Amino acid sequence: MDFGYLTAILFLPIAGIIVIALLPKPQARTIRLTALTFTLASFILSIAVFCLFDRSAGAIGQMQFEEKISWIPAINAFYHLGVDGLSLPMVILMTFLGFLAVLVSWKIELRPREYFIWLLLLETSILGVFCSLDLVLFFLFWELELIPMYFLISIWGSGRKEYAANKYLIYTLVGSAMMLAGILSIYFTTGSLGMMGLCGLSVASPVIPFAAMFFLLFIGFAIKLPMVPLHTWLPDAHTNAPTAVSVILAGALLKMGGYGMIRLCVSIFPEIALRYAPLLVALAVVGVLYGAAVTMRQRDLKRLIAYSSVSHMGYVLLGIFALSQISLTGAVLQMFSHGVITGLLFAMVGLVYDKAHERNLDNLGGLARRMPVITVVFTVAGLACLGLPGTCGFAAEFITFVGCFSSTAVGGIQIYTLLGVLGIVLTAGYILWMLQKVFYGPPLEKYDGVPDADNIEKVCIFSFVAVIMLIGVYPAILTDVIKMGIMPIVKLIGL
Amino acid sequence: MPHQVPWLIFLLPLFSFILVSFILRPFFNHRPKLGGYVTIAAIGTACVLSFWVVAEVFGAPGHKLEIPDIQWLLISDFSIHIGLMIDSLTAVMLVVVTVVSLMVQIYSQGYMEGDPGYHRYYAFMSLFTACMLGLVMADNLVFMYLFWEGVGLCSYLLIGFWFHKPSAADAAKKAFIVTRFGDLGFLAAILLLFYTTGTFDIEALHGLAIAGVLAGTTLTWVAIGIFAGAVGKSAQFPLHVWLPDAMEGPTPVSSLIHAATMVAAGVFLVARMYPLFECSEVALTTVAVIGAFTAIFAASMGLVMTDIKRVLAYSTISQLGYMMLGLGTGGIAIGMFHLFNHAFFKCLLFLGAGSVNHSTGTFDIREMGGLRKVMPWTYATFLIASLSIAGIWPLSGFWSKDEIVVSSFANNPILFYLAMITVFMTAFYMFRVIFLTFGGEYRGGASSEHGSHEPHESSRVMVIPMVVLAVLAVFSGWLNVTGAFGAFMGHGEVCGFAEGFFGILTHPLPLISLLLAGLGILLAYAMYSAKWVSAEAVGRAFRPLYTLLYRKYWFDELYEKVIVVRVLVDGLCAALDFFDARVVDGVVNGVGDGTAAAGKALRRVQTGQLQVYVMAIVVGVVAIAVFYYLFG
Repeated sequence: MDFGYLTAILFLPIAGIIVIALLPKPQARTIRLTALTFTLASFILSIAVFCLFDRSAGAIGQMQFEEKISWIPAINAFYHLGVDGLSLPMVILMTFLGFLAVLVSWKIELRPREYFIWLLLLETSILGVFCSLDLVLFFLFWELELIPMYFLISIWGSGRKEYAANKYLIYTLVGSAMMLAGILSIYFTTGSLGMMGLCGLSVASPVIPFAAMFFLLFIGFAIKLPMVPLHTWLPDAHTNAPTAVSVILAGALLKMGGYGMIRLCVSIFPEIALRYAPLLVALAVVGVLYGAAVTMRQRDLKRLIAYSSVSHMGYVLLGIFALSQISLTGAVLQMFSHGVITGLLFAMVGLVYDKAHERNLDNLGGLARRMPVITVVFTVAGLACLGLPGTCGFAAEFITFVGCFSSTAVGGIQIYTLLGVLGIVLTAGYILWMLQKVFYGPPLEKYDGVPDADNIEKVCIFSFVAVIMLIGVYPAILTDVIKMGIMPIVKLIGL
Repeated sequence: MPHQVPWLIFLLPLFSFILVSFILRPFFNHRPKLGGYVTIAAIGTACVLSFWVVAEVFGAPGHKLEIPDIQWLLISDFSIHIGLMIDSLTAVMLVVVTVVSLMVQIYSQGYMEGDPGYHRYYAFMSLFTACMLGLVMADNLVFMYLFWEGVGLCSYLLIGFWFHKPSAADAAKKAFIVTRFGDLGFLAAILLLFYTTGTFDIEALHGLAIAGVLAGTTLTWVAIGIFAGAVGKSAQFPLHVWLPDAMEGPTPVSSLIHAATMVAAGVFLVARMYPLFECSEVALTTVAVIGAFTAIFAASMGLVMTDIKRVLAYSTISQLGYMMLGLGTGGIAIGMFHLFNHAFFKCLLFLGAGSVNHSTGTFDIREMGGLRKVMPWTYATFLIASLSIAGIWPLSGFWSKDEIVVSSFANNPILFYLAMITVFMTAFYMFRVIFLTFGGEYRGGASSEHGSHEPHESSRVMVIPMVVLAVLAVFSGWLNVTGAFGAFMGHGEVCGFAEGFFGILTHPLPLISLLLAGLGILLAYAMYSAKWVSAEAVGRAFRPLYTLLYRKYWFDELYEKVIVVRVLVDGLCAALDFFDARVVDGVVNGVGDGTAAAGKALRRVQTGQLQVYVMAIVVGVVAIAVFYYLFG
């Protein structure tokens, strides 16, 4: 049997957990290094998978690196992993962020052993969602992610951390419950749990109407994405979560929603998706503009980035339900791009807060002279966020816009797209305003002697910048893979 | 010529940017001049190569060079290539950008001396030059948009170069956001073009427009969208508000970016997409009307400004309006010819303003005066540039302005009158600046803590670029005396030099515009030099008008205070924020609290007393029994 790349990627963090748990009286440093080693190994393996990924025309629509072992024969459930052009970028995104999240957490002093155990478990569970090809396995990993998130926010968070953790947990569980109902109804209709076999589902007598199944699943994903108006858990969770958790939450966790929509909602129920696309596209545009408008009013840096996330994930929803090859490719690229950009933005907010102990925009100012490196990187992240060409933000948004504008799935989508494009001006508004508030203006006395980023932090933030620029300058590196995963799905939609 | 040469023109400044920002800035920060030398060398080489390209284009059939493309992105039928398009239009822009940039970089060695951000300055300037060169050479709209935003970014970074000044940080933000409104139109046009034609390639689009495939309302909308981008970049009405504020940046930046090159990119864009405009009467009229209106509108504000750079900024807006008018009524050659000439004399005017500022420490012309004697070189070059912009025969500004006036006369009398009034205003405000700055007695310069400034002529490194530009400001216009420039751009006929040079003075229109310019100069002389009329008295007599102009027609207040703050941030956004916190999140918390309250109420049932539970069971059993007895 071939080397099980995906199992290795998936369970390396778990191996890290075991090592950390078994270390006798470890120093915080040892724990960090262990976590770093295992996440790095996972990242390197995922890059290996990316390099070995078969990009030939014959591989279109095929799962690669598949592993399939019977797991619960009674219900026909398998331990079934595999990646295609849709999931591979998400896997790389997660392993990349997982590795950097350890670096971001370098200065955690409170109960480091538990902290890193939860962090690693979080990585495994998110990776599991992206790699699973069996609905039970998928759901298992989907739910598993809640446990580490709950503890990470409620123990290592700040502010109203218990409130935020509870809200996050309960809100997501509501979605999960619906999702479970959806999965069960699919199972009782078809007797199958294999995600790939269900694509373009058509049977004579479903237990409940297909549209109901679609929306049961959809709401679970829409909460995660998050789609306006199901988004209010997000600002609270972000504001109170520790930095590394915000990075993963914005960077990878939200992508589970978009991924689920494409993998399950659109792939299994293409006709339903097509029927309700006008509604969902409209909601997406509302989300983009509404999110941006609310962002304008935020004073807390983390809340500001969180709301901008709501706005930018609207583009993902827009791209998905424009249902064309280009728009879906753009949506996946936008997920990746948003993951890196917003991940970096949260990392930067964390750095500023670490140094200046202040997150309120009204009290910040003039930090550019004090922390030039942080200023430069924050500016790069901000510019990427507002879609400046040369960064992945532009590549992703532009492809999404082109795809949506030329889509034939929804009548009048050109108007929706143009309204969505308006969001880039609003983004420019709040990003530049934020940068000005934090960094420009005369240096303030109270921030005399505030340090700049240290070497570990530089490695971390420069890695982000490198990826942002790489994808920005040559997006084909990802789109060539993504389009392979999108092509069979678009064929199902049949436009 | 090898194909690498045009690429090299673009890549050299880019390498210089990378070298300065990633190697010189971190490791050689103690040797600031190094960054300047690297930049000057890179741009100097690019300049030489540009002339090579121009020579090649001149000899090429149809004045066009073929450069192979590189595939950038391919998703099903959506493909983007990157490639260069080298034709006469590009060639002219290459000369303008590299020559002006080179002069400004040399000048900056003196102007920015001792500034702590020296490396940063040159890094941004290199990046700007690279983006600008990429913009003029790009062969498809996506690639062009990339650089379009790139120059906008550099403009943002350089306006906010002294970011510790709140006014500079504000101005930078304003410039970026206001131009982005225009870019929105450009982006929408690109999307619409791809939707209708499936291509981004500029030449292919030209072909489609000429062939009539791309026509009708769609074409008009596309052209309007592209023009919206140009309006933002070239600071045309109603998006003109950012350019005067952009003067917060270092003066060489204003000179290169906000006078000669980037702001002209809008004009270039319209020229680049001209076949599309030509096929739409509405679009062409829009260009001409907006151009003519902006020309007079901006000139009117230039009349009363007291900051030398702001006068020049309004003058730039006004001249860009002229170029648009030229494009809208005449054609590519006319608009581009004015762009070409304007780049040199306006760049020179800004460099002169910077030189004056070095000497006096202020930009306020009320605090200057009498500099003619101490700064002879600056005075002489500034005077030449002013005569040129005022359109005095035979300086370069005369030739291009005359063409615009003639073409607007042929097009529409109202546009012609607007252009003519602007000629008068231009001459007046430029000579107002000259008389106040260089004439009379010195009024002490900046009243800073260092005491008053002793004015002095600038160093040689600053004067030499000014002299070079002054030569260009005199002679660049002579290129089209024979019609050669127009022929190079694709239309017009060629005549003899002497015939063109003197023959023009036998036509009535040039004479009228010369007369108007002369009157403008005379009025400025009367008010500010000879003091026959008191400027204060005039200001008092026309108080409401003066206030209207001085407050810039209240556009800043309208945009910033009313629309952005009142309507958007404190209005709509605040309402939505409230809605989000109270309604959307309120429902969520309400559901949560409701569930908790329900649980709390139900909890009372769980008393823990066995007797109560047994009682409940008995009651339940009896109830079920009764139910079955009655209904079962």
